[in-house]
Amino acid sequence: MNAKLRFILAAGVLGLLMVGPFLVTALLLYVDAKDAEREAFAQFLVPRLPLGGFMTVMGFVLGVVLLRSLFQQYVHGLSSMAETLHLMLGANRNFRVTPEGPPEIRELARAANDLAQQRNELLDDVEAQIGEAKATVEEEKNRLAALMSELAMGVVVCNLDGRILLYNSRARLQFKALAQGPTSMSGGALIGLGRSIFSILERGQITHSLENIQQRLRRGSAEPTANFITTTRSGQLLRAQMAPVLARSAAGEEGATPAEAAGAAAAEAQVTGYVLTIENITRNFEREAERDQALQTLTDGNRAALGNIRAAVETLLDSPEMDGPTRERFMRVISDEASSMSTRLDATMNRFADSLKTRWPLEDVLAVDILTAAARRIEDRLKLPIKNEELDASLWMRVDSFALIQAITFLAARLQDHYEIRELRLRLAQEGKFVFVDLIWSGTTVSSETLYTWELEPMTVGSETSPLTLRDVIDRHGAEIWYQREKAAHRAFFRIVLPAAATPEVVAAGPAQHLHSDSRPEYYDFDLFAARDAEGAGIDLDRRLSELAYSVFDTETTGLQPSQGDEIIQVGAVRIVNNRLLRQEIFDQIVDPGIRLKPEGIPIHGITEAMVRGQPRLDIVLPAFHEFCSETVLVAHNAAFDMRFFQLKEEKLGVKFSQPVLDTLLLSAVIHPNQESHKLEMIAERLGINVIGRHTALGDAFVTGEVFLKMIPLLADMGILTLRQALDAAQKTYFARIKY
Amino acid sequence: MGLAHRILIVDDEPNIVISLEYLLKKEGFDISVATDGEAALARAAEVRPDLILLDVMMPKKSGFEVCEALRGDATLADLKIVMLTAKGRETEVTKGLALGANAYITKPFSTKELVAKIKSLLE
Repeated sequence: MNAKLRFILAAGVLGLLMVGPFLVTALLLYVDAKDAEREAFAQFLVPRLPLGGFMTVMGFVLGVVLLRSLFQQYVHGLSSMAETLHLMLGANRNFRVTPEGPPEIRELARAANDLAQQRNELLDDVEAQIGEAKATVEEEKNRLAALMSELAMGVVVCNLDGRILLYNSRARLQFKALAQGPTSMSGGALIGLGRSIFSILERGQITHSLENIQQRLRRGSAEPTANFITTTRSGQLLRAQMAPVLARSAAGEEGATPAEAAGAAAAEAQVTGYVLTIENITRNFEREAERDQALQTLTDGNRAALGNIRAAVETLLDSPEMDGPTRERFMRVISDEASSMSTRLDATMNRFADSLKTRWPLEDVLAVDILTAAARRIEDRLKLPIKNEELDASLWMRVDSFALIQAITFLAARLQDHYEIRELRLRLAQEGKFVFVDLIWSGTTVSSETLYTWELEPMTVGSETSPLTLRDVIDRHGAEIWYQREKAAHRAFFRIVLPAAATPEVVAAGPAQHLHSDSRPEYYDFDLFAARDAEGAGIDLDRRLSELAYSVFDTETTGLQPSQGDEIIQVGAVRIVNNRLLRQEIFDQIVDPGIRLKPEGIPIHGITEAMVRGQPRLDIVLPAFHEFCSETVLVAHNAAFDMRFFQLKEEKLGVKFSQPVLDTLLLSAVIHPNQESHKLEMIAERLGINVIGRHTALGDAFVTGEVFLKMIPLLADMGILTLRQALDAAQKTYFARIKY
Repeated sequence: MGLAHRILIVDDEPNIVISLEYLLKKEGFDISVATDGEAALARAAEVRPDLILLDVMMPKKSGFEVCEALRGDATLADLKIVMLTAKGRETEVTKGLALGANAYITKPFSTKELVAKIKSLLE
């Protein structure tokens, strides 16, 4: 724009210079002359004016042409060269200015190329040195990766927000097996760097385990880990162990003494993430349940039969006076029961044979810790005040702490909802091998029937529903629960009797010992550890482009007109997290369009009728793709085209892509407004990207992703740092293009 | 000894009832039988027994529920309750006793001990 204005101004000045002196001279002569002279002058001049005018116009046109060519060569040539230089500076340092135009410009171009060459050599040298240093680090990283991938257990490392920083192939396999239906298209469900673990595991469970770990750290426990069992959405049982990732430097930086470092605040500050080792125990657990059942039929079933036999036999022995028919009846009882026992024994032994031993892992915990956690949860969720009665702080019990706290909270919620109790008191006592946990309230009485009903309902607190019933939790612990009244005190309570645990956990001698993070590899410095989410927010428009997660995608279609019935036949996508293209985390799916392919399209996308046959339809693929893209910014080349296809399906398929969309075509126009072509291959070439495997959706998505990564620093040079700025800039060029 | 003590046997399994009935009759008790929880409550109100032998696992109402209902009836304050169960879990024993049972006996049991227990409770 600026150059154009200047050109118009220069042309104006040229015009003035050509006509001005002549006009001024003529005017002066005219003023100076007498009437007769003026007459003669006019008579002489007027007939010759067209010639003069023609000559002037010709001269002016010539002048403008000359001016324009000078402008082209010097001004435009220079600004185009400046763009290229910026390109060399930023994205592609092997790019060179083509020396063209007048000699001065060519000389300048050659000088710039020489400088670039020199800079290249220097950079290469520096890179070689950095490369050497990196190689060692890389080797160590690879060793870790190899180690992880060899593990028979799934390993996932997360930061405190639950973002996945690392996972091994076993974890990927496990979660892939869990994925239902369409998610398996993305080749591993929802596990991926930067994704949230909470889409796989329950948030409450994770938070609870973290709290447990922090409590253990505060107590200086030698093993600050937590175990839990969780059910996934697809009903699979996972056993997970959680170990904290501790920041080594925290204590040192603060200059704290070791004693202080062991203090509560320090412990809390140190946990920066956690390592989850995950095992799918669904099958084991089924076996275990079967085994339990077998054992139960053996013991409980036979107990009754044996009881009947024993009573009958003893009666017979003690009653010599018994008459014949009665004696006969007793004998029949014995015979019946004995044969039913044999049958039961055979049946159970058959089932028992292939059952393997696994146990529902119960943890030994300090009983007081469970009550404190439960109290906090109740006050938090229900706003119900909690008072403590006698709490024996020395009691240990053997529990699944998460389930038990859920159960206590559930009872409190029910009491509050149905009996409007104003406060709840907690009591903890031991009797023999059992720990009594009492939930006490005053005033209102509850009937035992009510408790029986509650026992069989799924435990619900607010919006949180557990798949377990209170009875399940009680059974799992080998516990019992009942309702009792303290008439004298006008109070009533629910009592849960749990098995006590005898062995308290070993407490480490010094604070240093629990920092076994010391022995952990130092190259655990994942950048995402530091990344924090805005709580509950979607995509923050004011975050830097380099910090966001993207799904770069492309589609192949039957034709160019979605409104005329053209359909999507392939969707390919790849993720960018933390400025890296994640080639493992892809979405690649051919779609059956439900219409015939156009023969003219087949050479372009290379997808044939045979390839689409038997593939899922878009109503399966699009929701899966939508899930793949959740919480990320979409990136595509000429995104408007793909988005049109999606938008036409939005209503029918009930998926809406509401996240921000960046278009590499528009961004290219922002970065290089003076380049003629913004085709993907041209941009890729300009930015020094090798194009292979183009014209499949996934291939194009890869190229687009690499192009986009190269664009981020170029945009930054222009002051476009955040997502909002990029969206604004793209929109401006979009409107600029529309105008043309 | 005046009138014979009345005992109500509550169990849904005829194979144990036959022994218990024979045995306790021989000991000179006045026996009645109920085969589920609801019938037990009706029988108890009718015959006003001195002692109930109560099985835990029964249709309609469990032994625990029957026990609680009986303990809730002030007119039956002197009634002795002996619970019989085919489950050996100690937490269950604790629950039975907490709900007001006087004794808790696990199957299989010795008939001699059962009779001794009943006699000691009725003394």
